[in-house]
Amino acid sequence: MEKLLLLGAEAIAQGAIDGGVSGVYAYPGTPSTEITEYVQSSGIAKSKGIHSRWSTNEKTAVEAALGMSYAGKRSIACMKHVGLNVAADPFMNSAITGVNGGMLVVAADDPSMHSSQNEQDSRYYGNFALMPVLEPSNQQEAYDMAYDGLEFSEKCELPVLLRLTTRLSHSRASVMLKTPKPENSVKFPKDPIQFVLLPANARKRYKILLRTNAELENISDESVYNRLFNLPENGKSELGIIACGIAYNYLMENLNDEKVKYPILKIGQYPLPKKLINELYNKCDKILVLEDGYPIVEESLRGLLNLENKVKGRLDGTIPRDGELNPDIVATALGKSTKTFFEVPKVVVARPPELCNGCSHRDIYTALNVLIEEYGHQKVFSDIGCYTLGALPPFNSINSCVDMGASITMAKGAADAGLHPVFAVIGDSTFAHSGITSLLDAVNENSPITVIISDNATTGMTGGQESAATGKIENICQGIGVDPEHIRIVTPLRKNHDELVSILREEVNYKGVSVIIARRECIQTAARAKKAEIAKNKESK
Amino acid sequence: MKYDIILAGVGGQGILSIAAAIGWAALDSKLFIKQSEVHGMSQRGGAVQSNLRISSEEIASDLISFGSADLILSVEPMESLRYLPFLSDKGWLVSNSKPFVNINNYPPLEDIYSEIKKIKNHILIDAEKTAKEIGNYRASNIVMLGAASPFIDITYASLEKGIKTIFARKGEEVVSLNLRALEAGRKFAEDTR
Repeated sequence: MEKLLLLGAEAIAQGAIDGGVSGVYAYPGTPSTEITEYVQSSGIAKSKGIHSRWSTNEKTAVEAALGMSYAGKRSIACMKHVGLNVAADPFMNSAITGVNGGMLVVAADDPSMHSSQNEQDSRYYGNFALMPVLEPSNQQEAYDMAYDGLEFSEKCELPVLLRLTTRLSHSRASVMLKTPKPENSVKFPKDPIQFVLLPANARKRYKILLRTNAELENISDESVYNRLFNLPENGKSELGIIACGIAYNYLMENLNDEKVKYPILKIGQYPLPKKLINELYNKCDKILVLEDGYPIVEESLRGLLNLENKVKGRLDGTIPRDGELNPDIVATALGKSTKTFFEVPKVVVARPPELCNGCSHRDIYTALNVLIEEYGHQKVFSDIGCYTLGALPPFNSINSCVDMGASITMAKGAADAGLHPVFAVIGDSTFAHSGITSLLDAVNENSPITVIISDNATTGMTGGQESAATGKIENICQGIGVDPEHIRIVTPLRKNHDELVSILREEVNYKGVSVIIARRECIQTAARAKKAEIAKNKESK
Repeated sequence: MKYDIILAGVGGQGILSIAAAIGWAALDSKLFIKQSEVHGMSQRGGAVQSNLRISSEEIASDLISFGSADLILSVEPMESLRYLPFLSDKGWLVSNSKPFVNINNYPPLEDIYSEIKKIKNHILIDAEKTAKEIGNYRASNIVMLGAASPFIDITYASLEKGIKTIFARKGEEVVSLNLRALEAGRKFAEDTR
């Protein structure tokens, strides 16, 4: 069998391709972006015609994946953890409808918030929806879980949530591939009203879901991804360890040359394997729970009142309450000493990320800062993308970054409260993702806000993926009712600084919704396009 | 055999090309590898690092533990110091001397050099200058790999093969430039160590 060196994210993509997937639906978001990009650049995926074009947001992605499942084919929807919030509506309800073709929802969590606004744990969503959850410990399992997960989804007639974290998604290792499975053909669900969640039908479907959930617990006890070993034959062990997902690697790293053999339960499939946990729990005096993200397993073992005082982990301070795990944190939790020989010298200073030289967002903030000086600070709401870096020096321009599309609606709310002027700064891809409905709210009440859409024709922060609104932004704004007189287009360049400032000033004085579209291509994608063109010209010569 | 490397630099400096060359050479030598990298926000001019682990046995953790890295290979001098707690007492610190200044409070260079020189096993090389001498400043990352190569438990021939494979797409000229860069870096390290 073929062996490939793959990122965890890529292993999921290859697993899905080999597992017979017909469509991948996603909105880019670190650390999940590479799943879809891998499928987009895969020759096999192209030749099979596997769908892989970006969706407008995570909600539309999950809905399209569910539609493909309805039609009998296998699908996968990929997103970062906070993307699952956006997709929560179809996600929760897809557990009630169930699936026809196998369907995976991949959520890539970002504990320690390397590139995110929170570190929420997607396993809660699995529990919430009563959906099975798979959590790989390494790249091979990431592949296997995607490969087998699609079929498993079909068997239990439910979508399956595949949860991984940043470190696994962005770490490479060898992966052994399996024999590719054929795609499904189109086939209707047996029950024509399976997907109709009218109350009477939803109640029936929910009872089915509850029954399935009980079966899933038994399946978890037998799963190859849940493994209990080193149990003492007689008596009790002082300490037993539960290690979920990638935490298992950090544990094994620390036990490599240990003589002590702790009883270990490795968990990779949820709902939690009750029998296995019971066995471990009763044979150990203390249980240490290692899980990357929130203390979900720990919390449920411990119970609200912590009556037995037996479980150690994030909640009793054995492990820090927040942030990702690493081998040193696990070593400390095991009572091992970690050693360092050198310290970081005091001379080393922080080097935060910054906007690229020549980036159009820079010109926008330079102009906006002129207005901020005139009208006062703390009146700029912004959004999620490269331009969020406008919160840092040298700009210090923006005062919010909460969730996709929030800039416009927060500006509206602040205007409702009487703040004037208020600005919203949002990127083109974020506008398409979730800003359009926000703008409609503002238009419907003619809110006096000045919206700057920084249109660099790409989804920049995640590496330059296509943006759903490219070429459509003016039409969208006009279509939802922004007065065409107050849709202004400008090229954010240093030489146009005065023009940009005077447009901003004019629109601030307009007591309604203004949209300034500041349009210039992302310099990263522009440089890449230029490079590709030069290479092409070389070839044709 | 187990060899842990921390690659350091600033987002956009291309440390992943070094990781790719070593990774390819390790696979060619039938070794296990795990390589964790940074994507997302910090790629925009922030501090970035990659953990590269090579071993004859299967590797558990994707991340390197404190005090256990055999090599810190940095394409920027201040960044070479940021990960010092990970360096083992016998480990090597190999750093480019050319700073990448994109912050206002970049410390005085002499202070950085003097901290680097406190590490007994260190190589400090002006990779850009060396790369220019052999033909093109763009090959400076591979000069850095060359300067670290005497300390990495992989044969020089495998590294050469890795470079040939990785740059093959870009034509014979680029391959030959990078092979010269590898050699120049190695020679510098061997002369100064």
